[in-house]
Amino acid sequence: MTAAVAVEGLVKRFGDVEAVRGIDLDVAAGETFGFLGPNGAGKSTTIGMLCTLVEPSGGSARVAGYDVVHERDEVRRNIGLVFQDPTLDGYLSAEQNLRFHAELYGVPKAVVPDRMREVLDMVGLWERRASRVSTFSGGMKRRLEIARGLLHSPRVLFLDEPTVGLDPQTRSSIWRYIGELKQTEEITIFLTTHYMDEAEHCDRIAIMDQGEVIVVDTPEALKASVGKDRVEIGTDDDAAAIAALRERFGLDAHVSEGMVTFAVASGEAFVPRLFAELGVPIRSVSVARPSLDDVFMSYTGTTIRDAESAQRGDPMVRMMRQGR
Amino acid sequence: MATTTPTSPSAPASVAGVRVPTGGIRADLRAIKVVWQRELIRFSRDRLRIVTSLLQPVLFLFVLGGGLSRLASAGTEGVDLRTFMFPGALAMAVLFTAIFSAASIVWDREYGFLREMLVAPIRRGSIVIGKCLGGATVAAFQGVIVIAFAGLVHVPYAPGMILALFGLALLLAFMVTAFGVMAAARITQMQSFMALTQMLLMPLLFLSGALFPVTGLPRWLELLNRLDPITYAVDPLRRVVFAHLDVSAAARAKLAPGVSWWGWHVPTGVEVLIVALAALVMVALAIAQFRRA
Repeated sequence: MTAAVAVEGLVKRFGDVEAVRGIDLDVAAGETFGFLGPNGAGKSTTIGMLCTLVEPSGGSARVAGYDVVHERDEVRRNIGLVFQDPTLDGYLSAEQNLRFHAELYGVPKAVVPDRMREVLDMVGLWERRASRVSTFSGGMKRRLEIARGLLHSPRVLFLDEPTVGLDPQTRSSIWRYIGELKQTEEITIFLTTHYMDEAEHCDRIAIMDQGEVIVVDTPEALKASVGKDRVEIGTDDDAAAIAALRERFGLDAHVSEGMVTFAVASGEAFVPRLFAELGVPIRSVSVARPSLDDVFMSYTGTTIRDAESAQRGDPMVRMMRQGR
Repeated sequence: MATTTPTSPSAPASVAGVRVPTGGIRADLRAIKVVWQRELIRFSRDRLRIVTSLLQPVLFLFVLGGGLSRLASAGTEGVDLRTFMFPGALAMAVLFTAIFSAASIVWDREYGFLREMLVAPIRRGSIVIGKCLGGATVAAFQGVIVIAFAGLVHVPYAPGMILALFGLALLLAFMVTAFGVMAAARITQMQSFMALTQMLLMPLLFLSGALFPVTGLPRWLELLNRLDPITYAVDPLRRVVFAHLDVSAAARAKLAPGVSWWGWHVPTGVEVLIVALAALVMVALAIAQFRRA
C-alpha cells in the first residue's frame, strides 16, 4: 500500500532564510498525523509544499502517490484543504459555496446532492445550508470549510491549525467531527497545531522546531520517553524545600506559578517518601503525567510559548499568511 | 449512502465514494461556468451595485449631457448633445461597471476565496476566463439599462441597432474586465487597485472620444486617441447610433466622422477586430499573470 504522504529531504528557502531544512516523513493511509510546533517552526510552509501551493527548493514529496511538483493537478484532486484563514464567499449560501467547490473539482453531477447532504450533516450545518455564509459564526465557518474540504472525497485531508481562534467548546466539537470522520471515510488526516492538548488526538506526532523534524512517534511513546511525572508542591518555605530536594533526593526543582515544581519517575510512589523525608511542611501536592508540553520541552529545551515569542516577527510566517 | 460507503482499507484505490475524474476541456468548461455564475449571484445579491447601475446612466446622460448641452448647442448642427453623448455614456457606464467587476478579484484575495480557486485542480485560465465573462455579463447588463434610456434622448428603439449596441457593449465589457483582471493579478489592496485603474482608465476614457468627436483634434491628442483601444469600441457604437438617426449630413460629418488613419477611414469591421484582439491580448496577459501568482 502506498503511503498517503511520503517526504524525502524536503527543503524550502525564502531568500537566505531556510524555513524547512530537509525533512523526511512517511504517513500511512488512514493515519491521523499531527505536526506540532510553535508558529514559525515551518509547519505551514511544509503543508504548503505538500498541497502544491509552495514550490519546494529541494527534496521530494508524494501525496496520495503523486509527486507534488510534477503531478500537481493529481495531488490537488486527491487532497482536501482547510486553511487557517477562511476561504469562503460570504455572499454565497453554504450550499452555493459547496456547489462552487463541487464544480471546480469536477465532482460528478449525479452524486453532488447526496454528497453535499452527507458532508453538511456531518458538521451539523444541513439546516443552515440556505443561509448566507456572512451570517455564520467563526466556528460554523470552520465547520463549513471542513465539509467543503471533504466534498470531493479526498484521500488526504490537510487541516492547517483547524481550531485556531475558536472558543474551547467549538474546538472540542471540531475534534468530534474529525473523530467521526475517521469512522465514515477512509481518509488520512494531516494536521498542524500548536496546541499541545490537540496533538493527543493524533495517531502519530512529528515535533517540528526551527525548520526541522525533531522526533516522530505516537503521543504515548513520546510521553513515555520523557519518563518522568511532574510534581508540584505548595510549602511555607519554598527556598528551604528546593534546597532539601536537592540535598536529600538529588532533584532539581524550581518555583513555577507559586508552586515548587520538579520532575521525578513514578511520582505517586515518590509522594510518601517526600512527606517523610523533606523536613519542610507541605501544604499541598499534585502529581501529573507528562504532557506533550513536557515532551516538547524535553526535545527542544524550551516551551512552545517561549519558542513562539522568540520567533515572533518571522518574515516567513507573514508570507504564508498572505493570500496566495 | 451507497455512493460513499467506504471500502476496506486494503483497497486504497477505491477508498472514497466520489472519484473525481481527471481534467480536460470539460472540467475547464465546468469551472468557467461556475466562476461566471458566481459573479452573477454576487451581483444580484448586491442591491447597492444594482441601484448604482441604474443611477449611473442618468448621471452621464441627463446631468452631464444636459448640463453641457447649453454650452454646445451652437456646434451640434441642431442635434441634441445628449443624443450625441448617448453612445459615449453607454461606453462609460459599461467601462466603470466592468472595472468594478474585475475589482472583485482583489476582494477575493483579501477574503481568502481566491485561494479556494487557485488550489483547485483546474487550469488558472479557466478562473480568469470565468471572471472576465462574469464581469462582461454584468457590464453588458448595465449597457442594457443605458440602451433602455435611448428614447429619452431621441434615439429610436430600432431592433437592429439595439442588438448591435449590445454586442459591442459586451465586447467592450470583456476587454475592460480582462484589463482589470490583469491589473488585479498582482495587486493585494483595494486602494491600490482603485488608484491604478483610475490612473489608467480615466485617460483611456477621456482619450477615446466618448465625450467628443474625433476629427479636427490637435495632432498630439489625435495620435493618443488613435492608440487608445477604447476608441475602437466607442466609434462603432456611435456609428451604429447615428446610422439610425434622422440628422443632416453636416451633423453626421461633424459629430460621427469615424476614425481615420492618415486619411484612411477605418471600417467598422476592422475596429471591432482591434477591440477583440486587444481583449484577447489582455486575457492572455491576465492568464500569464495568474499562472505565476
